[in-house]
Amino acid sequence: MKLTIEQVEHIAKLARLNLSAQEKAKYAEQLSGILEYVDALQAVDTAKVEPTSQVTGLTNISREDRVIESGISEELVAGAPVNRDGYVVIPKVFENK
Amino acid sequence: MDLNKLTLLEAFAGLREKKFTSRELTLACFEQIKKQDDKIKAFLTLNEEEALAQADAADKLLQAGDSVSPLLGIPVAIKDIFCTKGLRSTAASKILENYVPPFDATAVKKLRDEGAVILGKTNLDEFAMGGSTENSGFFPTHNPWDLDRVPGGSSGGSAAAVSADMCFYALGSDTGGSIREPASFCGVSGLKVTYGRVSRYGAMAMTSSLDTIGPFGKTVEDIALIMKYLAGRDEKDSTTPNISVDNYPEEIKKDIKGLRIGLPKEYFVEGMDAGVRDRVLEAAKKLEELGAEVIDISLPHTDLAVAAYYIICPSEVSSNMARYDGIRYGLSKQSGDLLDIYTNTRAEGFGAEAKRRIMIGTYALSAGYYDAYYKKAMQIRTLVREDFDSAFEQVDVILTPVAPTPAFKIGENINDPLKMYLADVFTIPASLAGICGLTIPAGFTDNLPVGIQLLGKRFDEKTVLRVGHQYQSATDWHRQKPEIK
Repeated sequence: MKLTIEQVEHIAKLARLNLSAQEKAKYAEQLSGILEYVDALQAVDTAKVEPTSQVTGLTNISREDRVIESGISEELVAGAPVNRDGYVVIPKVFENK
Repeated sequence: MDLNKLTLLEAFAGLREKKFTSRELTLACFEQIKKQDDKIKAFLTLNEEEALAQADAADKLLQAGDSVSPLLGIPVAIKDIFCTKGLRSTAASKILENYVPPFDATAVKKLRDEGAVILGKTNLDEFAMGGSTENSGFFPTHNPWDLDRVPGGSSGGSAAAVSADMCFYALGSDTGGSIREPASFCGVSGLKVTYGRVSRYGAMAMTSSLDTIGPFGKTVEDIALIMKYLAGRDEKDSTTPNISVDNYPEEIKKDIKGLRIGLPKEYFVEGMDAGVRDRVLEAAKKLEELGAEVIDISLPHTDLAVAAYYIICPSEVSSNMARYDGIRYGLSKQSGDLLDIYTNTRAEGFGAEAKRRIMIGTYALSAGYYDAYYKKAMQIRTLVREDFDSAFEQVDVILTPVAPTPAFKIGENINDPLKMYLADVFTIPASLAGICGLTIPAGFTDNLPVGIQLLGKRFDEKTVLRVGHQYQSATDWHRQKPEIK
């Protein structure tokens, strides 16, 4: 199938990517080629095949619910591009009433 | 004597016998890096000061004469997909160009605990997305055997660094072939482990249902030793089962008489390089001489694996890359509202291939398409896995080529993503099945190295390593060194 520029723009919006006009044109073509290739799978009858999401056989691995001090929480927050007083700072997302 | 040319085991023996010091080994590696890395470009970041301090600390322990770890004082290179405490960790992405993690990945920590000397961080395709290291956000790496060619990827920097004797061994990661293909292209040994065998904590996630961590070495014997320390359960990675770790260095000493080795007909296809095909068949003959029985087998769903992979991988990429949002770490374009920060940071920080995979994955997972793409691919994955499961009822190990061609020219495939993806056609099926695979050098075609791939059952690393070691005991392809020019 061939992707339109509008579809590419929609995907980019979902993916939180700001694409240039040139990139949109390039991806419309390249993504169409890749999708055409993977569409070969549609010809395979998999109605009775269980999906494999991973192969370890492990399910619902959990550990005891207790606090373990990482010892690096301050450094982790300090690694954020904008931070203050041990908090990550972002632009406000709610307007004041 | 060029100390940097020694194998890990030779270096360990020399240290123990006090023929040289860890400082001398470390300096020999940095000397080689300084001499050759402006041409090869294997390293993104060097760790000279800390490495020499680690070497001096190792020398003190060696002087004291206590029983020491075989990894103590031996220099290693780390693919820049791993977080290293206090050392810049970029994933070869502009989005993490200045990121310095406050913690070590488990695999790195395990080596550090053994006293390893960490030389620096090696180049890769951005976030391990690629098969040539051309998708690095910084620069491509060159193949030591022919500087006009790619080293393979995504762990191209690690493979090139081992090949060019800039280190004794290296860490890499393999999702669809990212250790096996560069090992083949650069003429070194490399192990893709069974999914879950080595902890991925602190390795930047690309395709979480397929990502694995493994070593590159100059010999299989070295890899067997490294694996003894890397493998095992980690509470911080819930995909690592509590399955006991074999004594690989002992297991590989056993001969291979009576071992059954399968040759799958689907891996000998039209259009593959004749030299590659012949080297694999010659290796089969050699293994027969060593007492193995070679059997023709079939893995009928092989031709569907690449298409399934290029749905599963981008889908998981689109999800894993969502964390790079300009808020918590890395690059941040601080202007406009929150949405602007996201979209502008990601537009500037990600390279072309990362964006391409994020877009494909976002599309495949978007409303109404999940069943047609991701679910379908997971069902195909079952068929590929069952192919291997039934083959392994007949044989112990499967022998195949690693890639259809030897190393290709830099730039040759860069504008044709689909052609680039098809270079993984022989490595991807094993990734989908989650089994282990070893690449070892097996000769040359047109003066370029050619590796063979030995695939083994899940958690049966010991058998592929054993076949690889027995092969290397009877051949000297792994001893060939590039003349860098």
